[in-house]
Amino acid sequence: MKEEPLLLVKDLNVVFRYPGKEITAARGVSFAVGRNETLVMAGESGSGKSVTALSVCGLLPEQSAFVSGSARFDGAELIGMPQKRLRSFRGRRIAYIFQEPASYLNPVYSIGEQIAEVIRLHRGAGRAAAWKEAEHLLELSGISCPQRAARSYPHQLSGGMNQRAAISMALACRPELLIADEPTTSLDMTTEAEIIKLLTRLKKELGFSLLFITHNLAIAEHIADQVAVMFRGELVEYRMKEELFASPEHAHTKELLAAYEKVGRFIEG
Amino acid sequence: MVSEVIMKKYILGRILGIIPLLFGISLLSFAVINLAPGKPVALENSLNPRISAQTLLRLQKLYELDKPLHERYWNWLKRAAVLDFGRSFGDNRPVMDKIAERLPITVAINLLSLLLILAAAIPLGVRCALRPDGVLDKSLTAAMFFIFAVPTFWLALLLMNFFGITLRWLPVSGITSLDYEYLSPTGKAADLFRHLFLPVTVSSLGGIAAMARYMRSSMIDALAQPYIRMARAKGLPESSVLYKHAFRNAVMPLVTILGLSLPGLVGGSVIFESIFSIPGAGRLFYEAVMMRDYPLIMAEVVIVSLLTMSANLLADLSYAWIDPRLRDKR
Amino acid sequence: MNKTTLTGICMVGIMALAALAAPWLSPCQPGQIDAGSILCAPSSSHLLGTDSLGRDVLSRLIYGARISLSVGIIAVGISTILGVFFGALAGFYGKAADALIMRVVDVLLCFPTFFLILAAVAFLDSSIFNIMVIIGLTNWMGPARLVRAEIMALKEREFVEAARACGAGNLRIIVRHMLPNACGPLLVNATLSVAGAILLESGLSFLGLGVQPPVPSWGNMLTEAKATLGVAWWITVFPGSAIFLAIIGFNFIAEGIRKDLG
Repeated sequence: MKEEPLLLVKDLNVVFRYPGKEITAARGVSFAVGRNETLVMAGESGSGKSVTALSVCGLLPEQSAFVSGSARFDGAELIGMPQKRLRSFRGRRIAYIFQEPASYLNPVYSIGEQIAEVIRLHRGAGRAAAWKEAEHLLELSGISCPQRAARSYPHQLSGGMNQRAAISMALACRPELLIADEPTTSLDMTTEAEIIKLLTRLKKELGFSLLFITHNLAIAEHIADQVAVMFRGELVEYRMKEELFASPEHAHTKELLAAYEKVGRFIEG
Repeated sequence: MVSEVIMKKYILGRILGIIPLLFGISLLSFAVINLAPGKPVALENSLNPRISAQTLLRLQKLYELDKPLHERYWNWLKRAAVLDFGRSFGDNRPVMDKIAERLPITVAINLLSLLLILAAAIPLGVRCALRPDGVLDKSLTAAMFFIFAVPTFWLALLLMNFFGITLRWLPVSGITSLDYEYLSPTGKAADLFRHLFLPVTVSSLGGIAAMARYMRSSMIDALAQPYIRMARAKGLPESSVLYKHAFRNAVMPLVTILGLSLPGLVGGSVIFESIFSIPGAGRLFYEAVMMRDYPLIMAEVVIVSLLTMSANLLADLSYAWIDPRLRDKR
Repeated sequence: MNKTTLTGICMVGIMALAALAAPWLSPCQPGQIDAGSILCAPSSSHLLGTDSLGRDVLSRLIYGARISLSVGIIAVGISTILGVFFGALAGFYGKAADALIMRVVDVLLCFPTFFLILAAVAFLDSSIFNIMVIIGLTNWMGPARLVRAEIMALKEREFVEAARACGAGNLRIIVRHMLPNACGPLLVNATLSVAGAILLESGLSFLGLGVQPPVPSWGNMLTEAKATLGVAWWITVFPGSAIFLAIIGFNFIAEGIRKDLG
């Protein structure tokens, strides 16, 4: 029998219910991420890609977001799993990085403290050992002065540095799956390229699967094995990267590609 | 580290900033003295027949009412700088001695009130924030509406009547019983507690309501921040998410609000110490005002404002110190 | 107008009407001393009882409304005018004027003004007029901040530029084009402040440093409450409730307006 992929999402629906209003953010979404594979999920803002990614690990507000369908991670069903059990997956086997690192890092704790926190929690390390490991992780993420960065607070670092710190934090427990929710959108072009390169290198060194969410298909071309395109809460096209770039089928994919080419030409010219 | 140097500069700047402030207080106080309508003779006739000719002479000498204004101000400033505010009209003792006797009681009671406010308001506000529009939250909103509308001195009287006279559970005046000296240490503590319970509770009520409300909105803001999602994504238990990541961010601005609530608390001391017959600086001030003991009034205004403002400054500084974002600014 | 505002207006309105109609409404003269009926409990002849001089509590409450309400309203009138003036000055001219005024505001906000008020009362006479002025002078910081913020926000807007281009002077721009925008928040602030001023006046009068007897005010009626504690509950309960209801009324109005402003 063929081995099941690391993450297998089937017929996932996300509905937000507010008093007097109901919004379907994701409808019948199915995809799979194999071990050491990279899936790029593309789509314009509001297409439901972030909601899909967050729902996998139960990170949507429970009072208003209703998730149905199936998301199996290494054989375990995540949808409907109690928060307490989900927590043993989060940060340890499935890690997240987000769009604006400066606001996703807690402003009142030092970078080192925030990284060490995950290590202490999931790996049971002592304070000093966790701090050492945090410094090591920062170095691994290409920060040249890790001791100093560990003592810094988010507001003291640049966006790129903060994203490197967030990546260090995400990879602290050597997760099997990294979910990156538009991690480069708020960064400038040069930094964006650096972060992409960093993720590619770390993926090679540490070995993890990557679910990369973006509205920019240019990134897909660099890192993706497969590409999924979301449009208005539905997955409209889901294929191997080469096929998709060679012969896009859905109109929205074509739009995204056209935009990418325009941007590309603009940058080259 | 660079931030330490910046911090030192900031503290120095704030302390130097107190100087014009001091100047302002002294000018204001001096202006109030000179608001007294005109000549001492007029004072005698219109304000207080109790002031004898002798006291008038003393008053005249103290404030040098025969000298030009700027000279008078300068001299007053020079004396105030060394905390020499003259002698009380009432018993001819140096006013600084009288204040020094009474002030510790007032400071202690206000500190107790502050502690109670924090101890009650923070958990209350956090609870409300966890369930906005829940039962507790709605009752707090309603309670606050009433607490802000109740004249606190009236509430004090009602509670005094209920607990002190109807139920006879608590004493209604002073801070110790007559037999205080003969009590065991625990007995002394219990006696103090029974005497201070009502004054401290009543004077804290307004602060608790306001601070709980503030804590609530501050906590709700913090809970909506992206770093909370990140904390959850890290797999942290909910208690850590709430009490480590959200709480620390939410509670810090409270320090400044606490500083701003001080003037009201200190001002309230006059009323509460009078109602509960507490021999503190507030009651001393009340008595001084009733007797028009000018040197004592002026000294208290200057000293109490100085203390309140220093406490306020301390609050601002500790905020700048605990918030890493402010630590680097300026 | 919503229910909250309406409730508040009804509460305050009834009190204001009672205050205006005091001579016709009150059963006795407020100062009428009756040695024969000292500290009488509420009964059909004295609905709310009598005080230690045998005066009718209900009549004194009704006359007291005149004092308490007018002190509150006039004091706030003074502080609002001052606040608008200083706030406009700071917001419109900025720079040194702004720095100076806002510095003074900051100082006053962390200043125990109650001590200052008491001291002022000690040096001046505690006439009703003085009390209004003193409360007004020490409470203008709120409206000043409001107006300043509003004007600073409007300074760069097009319609102000347009008005200037049409040759409108500074005063005209401030009064005609900027202040109307601050009216709503100012009204909320003023209504809340009336409640605050009534509270302040009652505290002062309670201490014997505000409105002087024999003129009745809700605060000075409570002065003898402590002495009669446990003996005559009506002396404590009624004047206090009057203050409480008046403040609730004003707070309701403010809350309602705030809701309407959104």
